[in-house]
Amino acid sequence: MPAAVSVRNLQIETTSGVPVVMDVSFQIAPGEVLGVVGESGSGKTTVGLALLGHARRGLRIAGGEVLVGDQDILMLDVEHLRRLRGSTVSYVPQDPASSLNPALRIGIQLREVLQAHAGGGGRDHDERIAETMREVALSDDPTYLRRYPHELSGGQQQRVGLAMAFANRPRLIVLDEPTTGLDVTTQATVLSTVRELAAAHNVAALYVSHDLAVVAALARRVAVMYAGRVVEFGFAEELFESSAHPYTQRLVGAIPRLTGGRSLLGIPGHAPSPGRRPPGCAFAPRCTMHIPECDAQIPPLSPVGPEHSARCIRAVEVMPQTQARAGDPVDVAPAAGSAVLTLENVVARYGKVEVLHSINLQLEHHECLAVVGESGSGKTTTARSIAGLHRDWTGSIRLGDKELETSARSRSTESRRQIQYIFQNPYGSLNPRKTVGETVGQPLAVFGIAKGREADHRVGLMLEQVSLSAAYARRYPDQLSGGERQRVAIARALISSPSILVCDEVTSALDVSVQAAIVELLGQLQRDLGLSMVFVTHNLPLVRSIAQKVVVLSEGSIVEYGETAQVLADPQQPYTQQLIAHTPSLETATAEARVGEQRRPVIER
Amino acid sequence: MSQTGQALAEGVGTPTPPVRSSTLVTRAFRLWRTRIGALFVLILVVVAIVGPYVAPHTASEFVAIPNSPPGGDAGVLGTDYLGQDVLSRFLYGGRGILVMAAVSTAIGLVLGVAIGLVAAYTRNALDDVLMRAMDVIMAFPQIMLALVAVSLVGAQTWVIIVAIAVTTAPRVARVARGAAQPVVERDFVAATESMGLSRVRILTGELLPNILGPMMVEASLRLTYSIGVIAALAFLGLSPDPNGANWGTMIQQNQIALATQPWGALTPIIAIALLTMGTGLFGDGIARTAAGIDRERGDE
Amino acid sequence: MTWLRQGGIGAFIIRRLLLGVLVLVLVSILVFAATQALGDPARAILGRDATPASLAALRAELDLDQSVLGQYLSWAGGLLNGDLGNSLAAQQPVTELLGSRLVNSSVLVLCAAVISIPLSIAIGSWAALRREKAFDTVSSSAMLALAALPEFVVAVLLVMLFATTVLQVLPAISPISPGQRPWDVPEGLVLPTATLVLAVAPYVARIMRASMVEVLESDYVEMARLKGLPERTVLIRHALPNAIGPVFQVIAINLAYLAGGVVVIEYVFNYSGIGSALQDAVVNHDIPVVQALAMLIAGVYVLLNLLADVATILVTPRLRTRL
Repeated sequence: MPAAVSVRNLQIETTSGVPVVMDVSFQIAPGEVLGVVGESGSGKTTVGLALLGHARRGLRIAGGEVLVGDQDILMLDVEHLRRLRGSTVSYVPQDPASSLNPALRIGIQLREVLQAHAGGGGRDHDERIAETMREVALSDDPTYLRRYPHELSGGQQQRVGLAMAFANRPRLIVLDEPTTGLDVTTQATVLSTVRELAAAHNVAALYVSHDLAVVAALARRVAVMYAGRVVEFGFAEELFESSAHPYTQRLVGAIPRLTGGRSLLGIPGHAPSPGRRPPGCAFAPRCTMHIPECDAQIPPLSPVGPEHSARCIRAVEVMPQTQARAGDPVDVAPAAGSAVLTLENVVARYGKVEVLHSINLQLEHHECLAVVGESGSGKTTTARSIAGLHRDWTGSIRLGDKELETSARSRSTESRRQIQYIFQNPYGSLNPRKTVGETVGQPLAVFGIAKGREADHRVGLMLEQVSLSAAYARRYPDQLSGGERQRVAIARALISSPSILVCDEVTSALDVSVQAAIVELLGQLQRDLGLSMVFVTHNLPLVRSIAQKVVVLSEGSIVEYGETAQVLADPQQPYTQQLIAHTPSLETATAEARVGEQRRPVIER
Repeated sequence: MSQTGQALAEGVGTPTPPVRSSTLVTRAFRLWRTRIGALFVLILVVVAIVGPYVAPHTASEFVAIPNSPPGGDAGVLGTDYLGQDVLSRFLYGGRGILVMAAVSTAIGLVLGVAIGLVAAYTRNALDDVLMRAMDVIMAFPQIMLALVAVSLVGAQTWVIIVAIAVTTAPRVARVARGAAQPVVERDFVAATESMGLSRVRILTGELLPNILGPMMVEASLRLTYSIGVIAALAFLGLSPDPNGANWGTMIQQNQIALATQPWGALTPIIAIALLTMGTGLFGDGIARTAAGIDRERGDE
Repeated sequence: MTWLRQGGIGAFIIRRLLLGVLVLVLVSILVFAATQALGDPARAILGRDATPASLAALRAELDLDQSVLGQYLSWAGGLLNGDLGNSLAAQQPVTELLGSRLVNSSVLVLCAAVISIPLSIAIGSWAALRREKAFDTVSSSAMLALAALPEFVVAVLLVMLFATTVLQVLPAISPISPGQRPWDVPEGLVLPTATLVLAVAPYVARIMRASMVEVLESDYVEMARLKGLPERTVLIRHALPNAIGPVFQVIAINLAYLAGGVVVIEYVFNYSGIGSALQDAVVNHDIPVVQALAMLIAGVYVLLNLLADVATILVTPRLRTRL
């Protein structure tokens, strides 16, 4: 059966000639979903856009072929390319909120894609719009079409995006991380919609993502990208269970799991940016299996099995190694005695709206409590109220046996010092005008702990403790990667020797491998320094790797509360059960793929 | 680009250019417009300050027949409507304008930044009150308020300076507030609040350094307008010394003779034009550099 | 009063109106305080040599023997009734004095607006579309230079170019005699209008360009192109409506500026409008006229800002539902 799309030797460069994506080739059969997995800077989005003949500002498609059917779209003139987009090849963008025009009703935005490409008159278009809306599980009522994008939720916006993409029954759809930022439940709905539509209309799909579990659930074959090249290519379950490339293996090892080994292993360092790639294998500097031959030249993508290839000269040795999860982290026995933090009947408001309805929690000494929920559950509000960043709450929050004031400013210096907060966005939590040293040292000055040379010394020690060298003190935040910035934020929080660390989604904005490293670090610091932690996250599997207890929030109330192992293995409440069921996991995805699914015919080369 | 997308860009180790003021200015100087702008300003500042010391005649000396074209007794640039040497008057005529413009702009900037920062940070009733007060002053064009003030009190130096400063401050405040508002929302400010850092320290140590870029642009813009208004006032006959040498006054006085002896009016026109275009170009150069830097940092 | 907090454009307009009224009231207090408190008006009018008797007589005539608050209230009350007082210099009601001048200035501002606004929107949009290319570089530099130059410099340069030194095709001074209307002598309008256009257009063009550039780089314009829409649809339906929002504010500010900022232009061209009326009044210490003009200009500013706010809301659906 001929492929729906065939890419050969795709090469994309910056306008000044720096290679960004190199030597990318693959094929997708009609009705098949190909997953492209990679972390930031891998070039996966750029490849996706190239399938529409589009390159972002500053980039250009320098070479290769992209055959849709038997037409090389890179050779098309502007007008033919325009006709191709939206009709033969469609795109579903990552952030629906910003890719829908805020000033136009969604009906118009849907209709115009039909008007531009489909023949027929208004009534035909009306019918097709209604049909497509039903297919994406949105109301086909014409009044719904009169809404503006901001009147829809994130999930609904994304489904409108899907509707726009499928309206003209294209041959190929490129989906660019369409579920990022969506709740787990919404994500599950969107994914199943994609699966159904692709199958129903026999559409080939390219699914770009950083989330391996999601890709595993959706895609039959997967290409793993690193530093602009495909480093491994094969069927999803083979790729993840017996990876042939060290990077894939490490990536899989960094994913939090709901079952099995608990510890996470990050990958030290970071991927090289375009223009800074080494002459040999790009992953070599970070690879534990590195040998001198790796630096000589770029390894070719060689077959290691039927329909399985990897770009590593030691692939054969890599495959049999199962990524052994390092031993389970030692459970720190909570010290007996009173809790270090108690929340009693805490009710919080935003303006007139009550967002937390009577929260009761206890944090024991040396314990890590995970606060889990989807967006709007109130988990961040809880964290901010504990730290005094959110002031509009009533009830009692006690540090030891001391009642805390609602706002941080009204609290005693000692109380402020004891509770430290780490924010989600590493790009906003550091003052761009201060050096790392000044930022980390600020609490020392504010709390009157140390100054001058003594302070500098402590800053250096703290930086070492978060695995950054003391030399980082002179750098500015914009010279650091996201993971490094988060480490700086941790250093700032810990330098005043607090007893409680409140972590608010501190890894949500980071790549999987970086996330694993940060979680590792936090776990280790907690043990070494005897900290108690409140760890807020929406990522349920991550909880297993760091917390002893977990509390599940939904719409401002506690739904379930107990030991992590217990709650995740045997959830009592339907909400928790649903949450766990909707969380994509690598194991269930690969298991499903093996059982029952009929293999499609092999594509002829 | 979406927030998630931006956040996911794990800044793979590329040292992106920092937006520190010293570096901002240095980088801005790579643009030709910044250089030309700075050059114009420099030339005219030198002329204005050094001028009086190198002028061949005094500002009010009778030299030759009024409105004589250049040459002979009349000097390099001819004489003006009273027979005074145009070149000398020109060399004397810049200092007053420049000094008044610089001082009033500086005062206006300090006031405006302070008000804008306080308004942006407090975000409550105080913000509304301050901005309403600023609105009241901004309801009038600068020249109009200056005109009214000057004619009621007299065209004294301090009156002009106060009028310009008072009309500059609200405009600066609005821009400062606009620049500071997104900074106030960022987590590093919340981090200092959780530490209990004093409000004043937060304004000066956290907010102010992060709006220096837009403020530098605004400063050069305000200077441009201040020069314009002061020169216009002089043009209308409202300067501290109406008969003294002043570029603005010179333009007005020598307008009549434009057909026969254009230099009396043309020289100060060129001077003012170069000066204001210089400050404008300089500010634009800084603005472009800052925008270019933001764009670079925002990319994946 | 809670209904004021509810949504809808109607309530929004009324809230803005009330806010505008508040600003005007504050302005009136400021204007009154400035003119009355800065020295004795009677003395300012009669000069240093005035005898106490004549001062007292003038004060009585000007109602200055009332309390300050009383004076303010009678003046403000007069304003609301349309009685702007009497001009001290011309001994006639202010309304009569300013009537024709107001028409003159309005004609000038209107002509300038009608030409400059479409022109600058077009220039700004085109420069954004042809970014970094020849048109953009040239026009941006020209706009920058024009924005920096003080208007009187531009005015005198235009006079030099077209009236006195280089060419002599247009009148250097407005040939409109009192009693005539501006449109009776159209060539008298050319240079003043041109100056105003050159004074205002750069700002609107620059903001239009910046706004358009931002919109053209937005995710939704990229998405529109990826949907394969014709370029014209992308520009007219997707780009332009979103780009025009910020421009309204700038247009309002600039038009409001023209109301009072024409002082210098009218002086250069000897144009009989409210700008020169203001200058005369100021020189003659004709306080009622100064006060009236100040309130007029402030009123124009408030009104234009209100219109700009409403226009922005209409173009930005997102803000409408938040009201």
